[in-house]
Amino acid sequence: MKISNKMKLVLLVPIISTVSGCASLGVEPWERDLLAKKEMSLTSSPVDSSFDDHIYFSKEASSGGKGFGGGGCGCN
Amino acid sequence: MQLTNMKAGKKVNVKLALTAATSALLGLSSVALANEASVLDSWSFDTAVLYYGEIDRVTATEAMIGATKTFEDESTLNLKFTFDALTGASPNGAVPQPTTQTFTRPSGNGEYQTPANKTPIYDGFRDTRVQLNAQWTQPFASVYTVSGGVHFSKEYDYLSLGLNSSLAYDFDRKNSTISVGVSYFQDTYNPVGGVPNPFSVMLPGTGEDENPDDPTRLGKDDTKSTADIMVGFTQVINRRMVAQLNYSYSMVDGYLNDPYKRLSRVNANGEALDYVYESRPDSREKQSIFAQTKYNFGGDLLNNTVLDVSYRYMWDDWQIDSHTIDSRFYIPIGVNSYLEPHFRIYQQTAADFYQPFLYEADELPAYASSDLRIGEMTTYTVGLKYGTIVNGDDELSFRLEYYTQKPTNAGFNEPGVLASQDLYEPVNAIIGQVTYSF
Repeated sequence: MKISNKMKLVLLVPIISTVSGCASLGVEPWERDLLAKKEMSLTSSPVDSSFDDHIYFSKEASSGGKGFGGGGCGCN
Repeated sequence: MQLTNMKAGKKVNVKLALTAATSALLGLSSVALANEASVLDSWSFDTAVLYYGEIDRVTATEAMIGATKTFEDESTLNLKFTFDALTGASPNGAVPQPTTQTFTRPSGNGEYQTPANKTPIYDGFRDTRVQLNAQWTQPFASVYTVSGGVHFSKEYDYLSLGLNSSLAYDFDRKNSTISVGVSYFQDTYNPVGGVPNPFSVMLPGTGEDENPDDPTRLGKDDTKSTADIMVGFTQVINRRMVAQLNYSYSMVDGYLNDPYKRLSRVNANGEALDYVYESRPDSREKQSIFAQTKYNFGGDLLNNTVLDVSYRYMWDDWQIDSHTIDSRFYIPIGVNSYLEPHFRIYQQTAADFYQPFLYEADELPAYASSDLRIGEMTTYTVGLKYGTIVNGDDELSFRLEYYTQKPTNAGFNEPGVLASQDLYEPVNAIIGQVTYSF
């Protein structure tokens, strides 16, 4: 559990400091050049995600989180 | 030049044929196909083949074709067909022994043997599965997006039907999005030989087909339902960074056993006396928090490399806790290609009823399972993807990954002969994938 808490901290500290460090979040519509790129979408490859979800659902005890982790196959 | 034209012509024909086939399936009029150019522009296709191979264990091949139509009002229809075939060997849950072990087949009809000092596996594992998904997504009133979908999946011994729906609301110049979604699955398990009676001893000639009144089986099938609720928040941080935070709650009810898994009952010296079917609770409540961020390093130094990192914490009322860190680096090469290294670490604690075996002298607990997938483990994935633009704006990509699963002992004694056996054998797998999108 010690390691796990550290892992959480490693992720949370940069997010919190980035969020709180900005006076105002977000961009104007004309500043979306980089955000509009496919590689910046949160699920940039739905095909890979769907294969990965199936593999990890059938090999591990956790599923979902990013999307629904429901049923779908008798593999677990 | 002529060759290029021929290639382009062939490509349009393939796309047109797929479009016509998809439209026919949907019952859309062929009149709608009259204007080829505009029709082709509004449909896009993803095709992919995946190979998953464990060393000396399960091998799976999965093929997928997805079609997405974008309408003039920016609503989309996504249809997906998936087919997979599995063959190979899967651990049956019993512990290895210094002597040869004999097991009844899952059907109850016939036997198979495991050599001394080997993890008992059933190698007659074979299944094919088809899956169909349809998803409709509709923006309205400029700040809302509503989506609904259906799911169908069928394999030899399993049927899954699902529905999902979600609503998203954009605000602050569309820099912030709040979403809420629900999904419901109704699954039916139809195990070979019938549904095992938990903790009954596995004996030859005990299948449901052989003897419908067999006390070791509880009928031909059983059901499971899964209800999920998810709320999410997405925020554009600045021109280079976007972040997401999700909370999910999942309630699973019904038949949650693996009908093909058993536990060894051993004496004080660790020698297996018999094998009983596993027994899991008939409900499971899962929750998770998922955070993801994407950061574009910009053009000067790192050529618009994008870092994608996510973390998930999951916990449930089986006392399983898990942590997942998943990260990808999108590294552009020139203007048309990219490389994408992938690293994933996953760690879980064991379910409170997980145990590698039972003592014959002890009273049976309420629940027990020796399935390593609900035991303590750490897994690692390392992968590399290469993608390139071909034929104008189509994308071809290759992905190769290595997945290793290292189960660990969550504090159980290994008496007598078990001390010299490997009860927590690691699993190593290769994953290969080719994707073509056009």
